[in-house]
Amino acid sequence: MQPFSHLRNFINKDRVFDFLVPEKSINIDTSHNVLLYVEGLTVSFDGFKALNDLNLYINDGELRCLIGANGAGKTTLMDVITGKTRPNSGTAYFGQTHNLLTKTEAEIANLGIGRKFQKPTVFENHTVFENLELALRMNKAILTSIFYRMNSEHLDRIAEILDLVNLKQHARQMAGALSHGQKQWLEIAMLLVSEPRLLLVDEPVAGMTPQETEHTAELLTSLAGEHTVVVVEHDMAFVRSIAKKVTVLHQGSVLAEGNMDDIQNNPNVIEVYLGESH
Amino acid sequence: MANAINSSFLSMNNTTREGMLSSRGGNVFLALLVVVTLLASVGNQLFPAGSALHVDTYTITLLGKYLSFALLAMAVDIIWGYCGILSLGHGAFFALGGYAMGMYLMRQIGDRGVYGNPDLPDFMVFLNWSELPWFWQGFDFFPFAMLMVLLIPGILAFIFSWLAFRSRVTGVYFSIITQALTYALMLAFFRNEMGFGGNNGLTDFKDILGFDLQSDTTRICLLLITAACLGVIYLLSQFILSSKFGRVIEAIRDSESRVRFVGFKTENYKVWLFVYSALIAAIAGALYVPQVGIINPGEFAPLNSIEVVVWVAVGGRGLLYGAVLGALLVNFAKTHFTGILPEAWLFALGALFVGVTIFLPRGIVGLLSSRNKSMEDKP
Repeated sequence: MQPFSHLRNFINKDRVFDFLVPEKSINIDTSHNVLLYVEGLTVSFDGFKALNDLNLYINDGELRCLIGANGAGKTTLMDVITGKTRPNSGTAYFGQTHNLLTKTEAEIANLGIGRKFQKPTVFENHTVFENLELALRMNKAILTSIFYRMNSEHLDRIAEILDLVNLKQHARQMAGALSHGQKQWLEIAMLLVSEPRLLLVDEPVAGMTPQETEHTAELLTSLAGEHTVVVVEHDMAFVRSIAKKVTVLHQGSVLAEGNMDDIQNNPNVIEVYLGESH
Repeated sequence: MANAINSSFLSMNNTTREGMLSSRGGNVFLALLVVVTLLASVGNQLFPAGSALHVDTYTITLLGKYLSFALLAMAVDIIWGYCGILSLGHGAFFALGGYAMGMYLMRQIGDRGVYGNPDLPDFMVFLNWSELPWFWQGFDFFPFAMLMVLLIPGILAFIFSWLAFRSRVTGVYFSIITQALTYALMLAFFRNEMGFGGNNGLTDFKDILGFDLQSDTTRICLLLITAACLGVIYLLSQFILSSKFGRVIEAIRDSESRVRFVGFKTENYKVWLFVYSALIAAIAGALYVPQVGIINPGEFAPLNSIEVVVWVAVGGRGLLYGAVLGALLVNFAKTHFTGILPEAWLFALGALFVGVTIFLPRGIVGLLSSRNKSMEDKP
């Protein structure tokens, strides 16, 4: 019966094939005020569960901090959301309609999910300016790239972001020649020019001076609202300075969620972080 | 104020990195190409044999052969130097383009073959075949044959690279399967039953579009056409690779996963570039065959494809005219070296590759450009 039902489906005159449906402009349904739904996510590497039935909901426009010890699953979670790792089970939806688990990295990026990596990864053999040019939010098809000419709108956008991250005087420099902190800034700038709806920021202040850290904190808080920001960070002082809501991960699942004070007084968190010494 | 910022950005965008060098070197290269081919043609036609300025036909053909090798080297440089994909199988696309051209030339022989059969090429008569196989149909029509020169290698490159890149095969694994591809094709073409002349290949060509292949003027025309193809494809490739597309390709070379997270479908970019590169190799093959007068399965030999990589490494990868320079120099050396000490050539080639890799990682062009830079640094 199975093949026949497929056949019937095939010759049905009402049927519209997927490839005939014109590609809609990206429409992210956040009518329930939730931008990212992660439910029952499990990822196991050779039996080790990096994520274990993890549930996480990120509201539209919020700034959320993810904390947790090494191996708690923070980076794996980001890998799943951005399409780098496929989970063993669970679902991840962007808005109510976009199933992230069926999409490639590039499709997810074009939906508006931007990622800053833990280790700064910029294109070292390209100039700072070219790094931003590549990251610009625009059509990324092959022919568009071949015939692309920088227009004034894009130029202004890049100039504005370069100003924001204090890299204007380095625009012609190779990105590989930047200092560690500057590379972090460049990567943040690349995120910004891609105008993502959701920013996933992995350890943004590692290797930054206290002044730069403060600057980053200001930047991230100013982004929340218009964008949705998820920050993974170890630096508790930094988390305290930016976060309204914090999620604690432990052994691949959510241990606690709430504001910073609640978290610090949560007995489970205390137990995990301080051990069972008392 | 805004205008000042804009213009400074625009100018910086044009002069990044090797932008200056490649445009200057490229102009020199194009000028040399025109001057040398014209001088050679004039020298052959206007000065009588025996004059000091006479260029003999052998040299003309040799030059044409070198230039088609240069085109092949450029194809490898585009995929290896710019995108970091080391293809050790470009000889396959070169040979397929050559075979398509060879099939056209075979059909032009008509009844002038040894057996005098007007319908069948000699080797088919020899094999007692009674009629022309279906895949030989249409090859007596020049435009169809030229279409096949592009279509067959293009489709093969598309299917091959799409399968490889979609499965994210990269690095040395990709290089190995390209070797396997060209080796498999070589074994197939060696078989008589394939219908491509077995290990003798296709040869004994008489004329192309009605012009006698042995005459001086035809040979000069072939040289000029080869030079023109090299020039036009150089300009086209320079345009493509200096566009944003080229910067995406270089970013893929340096950090492919990062490019994916920026939103580019890197597989599509790589497939596109691979097919483009294979088409250039096929054109080079089609230009090569009428000038040397033979195409046989030996052209598929894995060693040939590796040799092309050596040319590119010697000239300097990542710059198009570097590949051209490398192909010309190594082939010139090969012609003379094999004349003096044939059995030592392969050792010399190996030593050259090792030497260049250790001492000149950016090839001869890299050496020139670093000298230029140090001269500019001095006031």
